[in-house]
Amino acid sequence: MTPDLVSSGRASTLVEATPRDGVARDPLLAIDGLGKQFEMHHLRRRLAAFNDVSFDLFPGEFVILQGPNGAGKSTLLRTLYRTYRAQTGRAVYRSTRGPIDLVRAADIDIAWLRRTEIGFVTQFLQARPRVSAEEFVAEAVLETAASHAAALQQARATLAAFGLKEPLWPAYPASFSGGEQQKVNLAQALIRPHRLLLLDEPTASLDRGARGALVARIEELKQAGVAMIGVFHMLEETRHLVDRALVLDGPADAPAGALDEGQRAMAEGDHVAG
Amino acid sequence: MSAAPTTALPLDPPRFVTAPPVLRARGLSKRYGPVVALDDVDVSAQPGEVIGVVGESGSGKSTLLRLLNLEEPADAGQYTLAVDGYRDTNLLDLDRFDQRALRVRHIGIVYQNPHIGLRMRHSASGNVAERLLVAGERSFHALRRRARDALDASEFPLARMDALPLTLSGGMQQRVQLAKAIALEPALLLLDEPTTGLDVSVQALVLDTLKRLQRDLAMTMVLVSHDLGVIRTLADRVLVMRGGSVVEDGLTDQVLGDPQHPYTQQLVHAKL
Repeated sequence: MTPDLVSSGRASTLVEATPRDGVARDPLLAIDGLGKQFEMHHLRRRLAAFNDVSFDLFPGEFVILQGPNGAGKSTLLRTLYRTYRAQTGRAVYRSTRGPIDLVRAADIDIAWLRRTEIGFVTQFLQARPRVSAEEFVAEAVLETAASHAAALQQARATLAAFGLKEPLWPAYPASFSGGEQQKVNLAQALIRPHRLLLLDEPTASLDRGARGALVARIEELKQAGVAMIGVFHMLEETRHLVDRALVLDGPADAPAGALDEGQRAMAEGDHVAG
Repeated sequence: MSAAPTTALPLDPPRFVTAPPVLRARGLSKRYGPVVALDDVDVSAQPGEVIGVVGESGSGKSTLLRLLNLEEPADAGQYTLAVDGYRDTNLLDLDRFDQRALRVRHIGIVYQNPHIGLRMRHSASGNVAERLLVAGERSFHALRRRARDALDASEFPLARMDALPLTLSGGMQQRVQLAKAIALEPALLLLDEPTTGLDVSVQALVLDTLKRLQRDLAMTMVLVSHDLGVIRTLADRVLVMRGGSVVEDGLTDQVLGDPQHPYTQQLVHAKL
């Protein structure tokens, strides 16, 4: 399950390491010729992150992105979530309200999709001051739960599944350790079944128990038909869930190996983390 | 690579969210003599949305807020709020009395300088009650109760509700302004640098209160701030203004994370 990197002459292509079984279904997401570069006006230069990325993603499929640092893996996730704007291509997502190109959709449509259908999981918790861990997680299901109490109950069960100790549930996550914060983060992000989930290294700083809970939850979501694209470092525990590994090897005009650290950080989007 | 396009692909009109916005302003323009303060600015907000406005001094942010508050006339433009009785009215065409009535009932504002928003020698509760009085509330007990509720929602310590704003700290004065602004549950809440000038710790508390109001009351807000941290915390979408025009707008994480316009890039990199 370690896909070969593309040879250097064919940069920028996305290679399917293990082609999926051909089942005739409509893709949930059809990405075609997607390209992203950062135009840095003050430097008068452009930094290509990736170009000409094309693949289909089907309901219930779990695809992981692989490639060296700077190959544009996180950037691709952020482009699909529309934190970044693409310069070329399409990413047609089949919403419950009909197909829509995520690259060109109006901002308020994207905002709606983020509230209802498309989730993004990072390794960083964006907690809010004076909101307890359990309330923070419960908010994600308030709209669908029968009552506030029911939402809280669901939140507690999810926090328990991720191994957050009960005394911490009513506490403010700002004071938690990195690992504990991440449990809250994952519980909040995964409690609700989105239709499309983008996972950006969600396993960093998780202990073994929490990793197990994450794998179990991903399995449940897959079975419920949720499609997922993840950038993952840890592979052993998720291997049996991964349908395909796609290799991004960076844009043709900026081989990953030629980027210095600063550019790499830019391409990976570290400069805007949080 | 010179053939690669350098600009992001243009956006389509909304297809899923087609409900009419609460706030819709189109082509707002304003000159002060030879100075163009606002040039053909569009802004709209869905119910419960927080629209951030950023830009340096003189970019037109505050002028935009004053026009939206109907404090001064625009030279041109259309401005509607989806509130009963005015739904299809261009508010800029109303006479001053109707504008005042609409402003009192449906628009709340918090100024950076509490001296503009408050009567410093009337009690905190009196300042809030005054707005209720103007809107027609006459019962002393109801006034007192509703003023107390609004102050409580703004997390003002009720033990001090009869103190004069003059004797209160900056953070407390902002909470009184906020209580006055939200007392009538306005359709639109305008915030002009609401945390600027406060100590950092106090700033965080006021921000926190705003965040909670946004969450609990789903109030539609237009927030002007030069502090990108404040914008990042509160705003769903952002307008970037320069020289009276909007040079860029988009989802907050996108504008701050992948700014397209050279000016926005400068602004984001200068502040982060």
